[in-house]
Amino acid sequence: MALSLEEVQKIAKLSRLSLTEEETETYKEQLGSILEYVQKLQEVNTDTVPELQNALDITNVFREDVVEACDPTVRQNALNNFSNRKDDLLEVPAVFEGRTE
Amino acid sequence: MDVSALTIKQAKDFLETKGGSSEALVSACLKRIEDQNENLNAVLDVSTTALEEARAIDQKRAKGESLGVLAGIPILVKDNILVQGWENKACSQILEGHRSAYNATAIQRLKDAGAILIGRTNMDEFGMGSSTENSHFGPTKNPWDTKKIPGGSSGGSAAAVAAGFAPVALGSDTGGSIRQPSSMCGTVGFKPTYGRVSRYGLMALTSSFDTIGPITRTVEDAALVMQVMEGKDPKDGTSVEIPETTIPQLMDPSLEGLTIGIPKEYFLDGMDEEIRRLVMNSVSVLEAAGAKTVEISMPHTTYALATYYVLLFCEASSNLGRYDGLRFGYHSSGKNLFDTYLQTRGEGFGPEVKRRIMLGSYGLSAGYYDAYYRKALKVRTLIKRDFDEAFKHVDAIVTPTSPSIAWNLGEKFADPLTMYLSDIYTITANLATVPAVSIPCGFSQDLPVGMQLMGRPFDEHTLYRIGMAYQNATDWHTRTPNT
Repeated sequence: MALSLEEVQKIAKLSRLSLTEEETETYKEQLGSILEYVQKLQEVNTDTVPELQNALDITNVFREDVVEACDPTVRQNALNNFSNRKDDLLEVPAVFEGRTE
Repeated sequence: MDVSALTIKQAKDFLETKGGSSEALVSACLKRIEDQNENLNAVLDVSTTALEEARAIDQKRAKGESLGVLAGIPILVKDNILVQGWENKACSQILEGHRSAYNATAIQRLKDAGAILIGRTNMDEFGMGSSTENSHFGPTKNPWDTKKIPGGSSGGSAAAVAAGFAPVALGSDTGGSIRQPSSMCGTVGFKPTYGRVSRYGLMALTSSFDTIGPITRTVEDAALVMQVMEGKDPKDGTSVEIPETTIPQLMDPSLEGLTIGIPKEYFLDGMDEEIRRLVMNSVSVLEAAGAKTVEISMPHTTYALATYYVLLFCEASSNLGRYDGLRFGYHSSGKNLFDTYLQTRGEGFGPEVKRRIMLGSYGLSAGYYDAYYRKALKVRTLIKRDFDEAFKHVDAIVTPTSPSIAWNLGEKFADPLTMYLSDIYTITANLATVPAVSIPCGFSQDLPVGMQLMGRPFDEHTLYRIGMAYQNATDWHTRTPNT
């Protein structure tokens, strides 16, 4: 199942990955051969077969919707991992271009 | 003291009845790592507080305080399992600078039981690989032959136990990542039933397959570590309440009354004949211990690899969306948020991870979702039904763990699909969410070979029983490499 360069570029964009030209060429071949292998699944008739998401007999594990305090050390550790921060807030670039706040 | 072939049971005996100290035990492990890790690259770094923790346990013991079942026992941890304060990176550049904020539940339970966490082990980046060559920190070498790969993705953990760095190392298993390297390094690798051990604090690869389990020398040791880690955890909605394990019951050396299935789809023409011979020899050992064996058929096995990889790609691409360069780890600033994502992820992820993320994005994208993701979920049902049907007639299933012995470093690195095929015997247990264990069963060309046992969901007991009976009758697990 050959992929075109444009398809690889589209998938890379969906995946939020910058690729070099060389990488794009390599992935074009590799992704194509892997997709060809998994085509094998199309041989199986699954018309009446349900999907299996989770083999355990568990659905909807609920708990009360209450805020639980975070261990202060854990909280501090999480804050220390931020790439950019203002005090205890995570600083990120604007999500929508043109919007500054 | 010599820790090169030490089991947990022996270490406990040393501490509990022979007056030995955890300090001596931990020092000996750290010394061995210091002397030999340079050749193997199995351990990424060692804990700077391990000796202090060991001495604290020794003091408690001296005072006669009550101690947990693993008090003073050294343990290594795969780099994708969080230990508070450790620089866990899942061997990815994208987690550069990351420090774990909290302990995984399995880790917390081990600490509560007194285990001494002595270091982080090497792995394929985020568990994506079967040879530990996809690590940002370089490949791990097989202790039996340093020109060979150790298997993967928990290759650092398996190589470390084989090399006598510690009696136990934790691994994670999404499609064989505990069992396949155990097979190739001559260790016991135990993958529990999905849900038995909390996944909280395990970096997610494929959330519906991921499990944490121990790599040890003996099945008995694996059971001991499982007892400490297992059980329901409110922080993992898919963990389940399980009946208490009763190890003494497992000591029954006879396998009378058990039926073990040999699935013909796992012993096809063209397979490695030496591996077939060694596994079938092991079957004879199980028969001599009283087990009945019977050939069975699991007709959808041929579709397992494609099913597994489609589901893995899709779930992984979603799970790895969290690595945005903002909240933790590597950050590469672009001219806007979108470019920051592109750059951070393009620079931070390794080639195999990018490959799988893209395949997953493709399989989940509009127009392809039904043909890939949904189709694979349906075939997964058929594979699960094969297991349900088999377990109506048998108590366990025996297969090889890996289709080959350890191959040369670099040999399959350029060809992802060939690499994927090395998981062919192990992935079905994850698809069907059954427990499975790899046990050393001989040597081919002086390299270890593993036999795999799979059991009914949550029937780890039967695997312990069969595994212990096998290890009582054989001595493969006592062999050590000349490192």
